[in-house]
Amino acid sequence: MLSRYRIILPVVSLAVLLAATFYMQPRAMSYFGLNLLFNLAVPIALATIAQMMIIMVNDIDLSLGAFVSLAACITATYLNDTPLLGVLILLGLVASYALMGAVIHTLDLPAIVVTLGMSFVWGGLALFILPTPGGAAPGWIRTLMTVKPALVPMAVLAAVLIALVTHLLVIRSRLGTVLRGVGGNARSIARAGWNVTVLKATAYGLAGLFGVLAGMALVGLTTSADANIALRYTLLSIAGVILGGGEFIGGKVSPVGAVIGALTLTLAASFLSFLRLSPDWQIGAQGAILILVLTARLLFSRRGAAA
Amino acid sequence: MTETDKPVVALRDAAKHFGPVKALDGVSLSVAPGECLGLVGHNGAGKSTLVNLINGTFGPSSGTVDFPGGAGDVRAVFQELSLCPNLTVAENLAMAHPALKGVGWRRPAGAEIRAALDRVFPDHGIDADAEVDTLTIAERQMVEIAIGFAPRGGAARLVILDEPTSSLDEGIARQLLSHVKAFCAAGGAVIFISHMLGEVFDVSSRIVVLKDGTVVADRPVGDFTRAGLVDAMGHVATEGAAQQAARSAPGEVILRAEGLEARRGEVVGLSGLAGHGQAAALARLYLGLSSDWRRGRGAGAVFVAGDRPRDGVLPLWSILRNVSISVLGRGLVDRAAERRLAEDWRKRIGIRTDDLTNPILSLSGGNQQKVLFARALASDAPIVVMDDPMRGVDVGTKQDVYAMIRAEAAKGRTFLWYSTETEEVCQCDRVFVFRNGEISAELTGEQITEERILEASFEMQEAS
Repeated sequence: MLSRYRIILPVVSLAVLLAATFYMQPRAMSYFGLNLLFNLAVPIALATIAQMMIIMVNDIDLSLGAFVSLAACITATYLNDTPLLGVLILLGLVASYALMGAVIHTLDLPAIVVTLGMSFVWGGLALFILPTPGGAAPGWIRTLMTVKPALVPMAVLAAVLIALVTHLLVIRSRLGTVLRGVGGNARSIARAGWNVTVLKATAYGLAGLFGVLAGMALVGLTTSADANIALRYTLLSIAGVILGGGEFIGGKVSPVGAVIGALTLTLAASFLSFLRLSPDWQIGAQGAILILVLTARLLFSRRGAAA
Repeated sequence: MTETDKPVVALRDAAKHFGPVKALDGVSLSVAPGECLGLVGHNGAGKSTLVNLINGTFGPSSGTVDFPGGAGDVRAVFQELSLCPNLTVAENLAMAHPALKGVGWRRPAGAEIRAALDRVFPDHGIDADAEVDTLTIAERQMVEIAIGFAPRGGAARLVILDEPTSSLDEGIARQLLSHVKAFCAAGGAVIFISHMLGEVFDVSSRIVVLKDGTVVADRPVGDFTRAGLVDAMGHVATEGAAQQAARSAPGEVILRAEGLEARRGEVVGLSGLAGHGQAAALARLYLGLSSDWRRGRGAGAVFVAGDRPRDGVLPLWSILRNVSISVLGRGLVDRAAERRLAEDWRKRIGIRTDDLTNPILSLSGGNQQKVLFARALASDAPIVVMDDPMRGVDVGTKQDVYAMIRAEAAKGRTFLWYSTETEEVCQCDRVFVFRNGEISAELTGEQITEERILEASFEMQEAS
């Protein structure tokens, strides 16, 4: 029964952090303030979902940051200048991710090594396309990312939308269920007549898709790109998945949790700034928050296992 | 021949080889609708291989496996649990149900698994929306059986049950048996594999006995007696029993744990069917003896691994390093002493290599195993724990090792030997037979015979 409550801890972590932020800085409790707080959470949430697709099938992706950077560079250049070619390149990137999944499964390679190697390929391509920071965001993406809906800020609305769509895709749909099954017991899925190679390619393809979306969203916010723009997303996305109640093995993931995890990580950075903590200490403090939440989860799950 | 008389599956001279190992050596067998075939045999007799052939996990090396009515709707319920633990009960059914597609697949999946569970196990109390890893082992087994019998867009024609009752209690097991009878009466076919001979007699219409990859008996259930069935399974190596000589008188009891008892200078065997708790008991026992970090090094026991790649050899190291790892001592390694020790053991144990600095993987399996023995025996631990160490080892090496174990035991060392081969267990001074995670018999001296071990491994009571 514990799994039903897996979502509680991420929600509580976010609520506590949000309450602390509002206490420190009451002016953040506004339409504008919330948008500012969570603006950058949108691409991180998409990247976290991408990472979750990989973790769902018991692998891990160390190339995600470089991949999102590459997608951002293409968005800021080709997609802006020659939209058709840009779309084709981005689709090619998604396909290459699916191919990577198929290769990893067929040749039984460790995903951690393959993706680490691929991160240099993505990074190299990004530098090749955009040697110096630059490019421009396509107007429609810029409009989309800066839209001001009534009542709820765009960042919050986008987070809810991402959580809803991926929840339907991963938890409710038959495809998502089979993919989670691959993480749970690949042999049983194969015995039931599924082609596990195709399923793994699908999971990686979905990761590629969300990685591309993350890159596009990021360019929409920053208006230009840079080959190293999203390198820290690799670790942020892994942390987001785990913070959101996912587990490294066993196909136990939660898309809603992953989005909340991404929001929590983004908020943690702002919170530490409000604390007037020197930037030198911020990364360490962010790590401390992460360890704190994970310790809490471990304690809960231990107690659950003992009961 | 009418449609209903056609066998569901017919094997003709089906054989399966894994390299030089003949797992199944020419089996002819057919299962007709309405029949429940009891399949019995000792460890390694080829039961699982047969199941995998019929289930289509792999094809036969030679011979044929035919399904006159089509291979569809042949289901297997495997001994090791094969559900996705992170999915719900209903989702697990849906995985194996090709017809459930599109929107709204959850409701029919839930309804189907509920109906199947109700049919096989009335009053089961399992929630179809519960995730499998929240269920007990028995409940998971029940779910798996129910999925096997569920229609899943067709109707099950042949269901293979591999040790289905091993984790079920008696009442639930009886429900299953009566369902199997009803299922067969309605024209379905079942292959029933169990170590509970009472159940096999109760439910089967025909019993097939496998031994060493061949069918040694195939008769209607009425033609078997319990003793006759055990006889048919046994007698692998009777001449082995004659070698039990020259045993040292055992000393005082030095170990008492897990219900086991071992004396100084004694070779203690752990036997029983695979997966009945022997290996787990051995592992717990060894960890209890060796993993107490407060006591420091100089452990009370050493371990000889049977699964060499998993917990035996250090694959990137030389033979020399693989031997000496257990006796490195403190501080810097004395290279000369290390080499002397390895050379000494190479001669004593007969590791076939010119150069001890060769990589360990250049050796054959049997010689790698000798290295692992040398590693264990080179230490001064009084207890040697052996986890089926003769897996995949040739006969010559086995004889060498038997002799060495005897010699070391005579010097006062105690051996705890888990083996899946009854012949090896017959070499021991004292044997504990495991069944369902408990010790079902303790045999010593003259009592250690193939028959007695088989008797103790199989449940003899009525499954009434």
